[in-house]
Amino acid sequence: MRKVSMATVWLDGCSGCHMSFLDIDEALLQLAPRIDLVYSPLVDAKTFPEMADVTLIEGAVSSEHDLEKIKHVRAHTRVLVSLGDCAVTGNVPSMRNPFSVQDVVQRAYFENVSNNPQQPQEAVPGLLSRVRPVHHIVPVDVFIPGCPPSAQAILQALTDLLDGKLPELNARFG
Amino acid sequence: MSVKTLKINDQDVSAREDETILEIAHENNIFIPTLCYLEGLSVVGACRLCLVEVKGSPKLHPACATQVQEGMEVFTNTERLQKYRRMIIELLFTEGNHICAVCVSNGRCDLQYMAQRLGVDHSLFDYRSPYKTVDASHYRFGVDHNRCILCTRCVRVCDEIEGAHTWDVKGRGIDSHVITDLDTPWGSSETCTSCGKCIQVCPTGALFKKSKAVGEMEKEREFLPYLKTMREVR
Repeated sequence: MRKVSMATVWLDGCSGCHMSFLDIDEALLQLAPRIDLVYSPLVDAKTFPEMADVTLIEGAVSSEHDLEKIKHVRAHTRVLVSLGDCAVTGNVPSMRNPFSVQDVVQRAYFENVSNNPQQPQEAVPGLLSRVRPVHHIVPVDVFIPGCPPSAQAILQALTDLLDGKLPELNARFG
Repeated sequence: MSVKTLKINDQDVSAREDETILEIAHENNIFIPTLCYLEGLSVVGACRLCLVEVKGSPKLHPACATQVQEGMEVFTNTERLQKYRRMIIELLFTEGNHICAVCVSNGRCDLQYMAQRLGVDHSLFDYRSPYKTVDASHYRFGVDHNRCILCTRCVRVCDEIEGAHTWDVKGRGIDSHVITDLDTPWGSSETCTSCGKCIQVCPTGALFKKSKAVGEMEKEREFLPYLKTMREVR
């Protein structure tokens, strides 16, 4: 049986959803024979594969880099899964939305900095004017809300997907 | 008082003539979602979550504010209603800044409960992300306007049960928000008795007790039907 190729992607989030994924503990051993983890912060691959069967997205779309990445990932993924509140609603990263990017930068890099305040010019991607949930940028197939989603919810969703079913989680939203 | 007989979802039910569709549905264990409605308070029909279909009528009727009629045929859970209810929930979430993950009421919230019950797992609407304030001037309580859905339960309980009428609504449309006294800081209110009833009836984390952490704000509402009944008896 061909293994299901799976990727996980980390946008604007705290990595808690990835931690929760690892928290399925010994069930990882059940999943391992059925999954080929082709791209993830958890593995070494540096480029996204030509086509992944399933991609879990953690985090909201906040920066130019996130935007570029999510479009690329969507084009190279069969089933895209929004994993966790940041991907599903914007969550904590979206708390900057009521303020302008200029105000946010001012606050983060100048007002609260005592030693040599400056805005990084290199290697840090520019912020989008608004933080948005993943499905507001590209179509998403499955939503797993939660901050983080429980290990049990992630395991159930993955098991359903591996069995060829769309998961129906009935998890709390918001 | 006469008895009315009607059908809810093809089930025969009988009601007192002064009862609403919502009351008789609940008596018969028929679920109709609600948010602004709270047993013991007056009815405002603000949230529209309890809309039902009545045979022969093209419009939808709020079950909380519609009296039963003889021969009425009510449908509480059609596809059309499910769609509108999910839209209402999505609009409520996108209108404010709920950010449930960092809310005192996370996991104990009526809005979250209804979202889950109605199968909402994402919102198609754009988030408005409005700029809203928090008033923490009261020594025991706080109001976070980011999380207010304008159900006016606080306004009603303060007026009708406590008799203080500290709360009210100011502004129109999207600018509407709840205020204390004449839009002055809660902590300086001369009418507030600090009874905390508004905190207990608030469906979300908009009204909260200070020193509660994420998910700790448990609401106690048993007092409401009790107080209402005692008042009626008297």
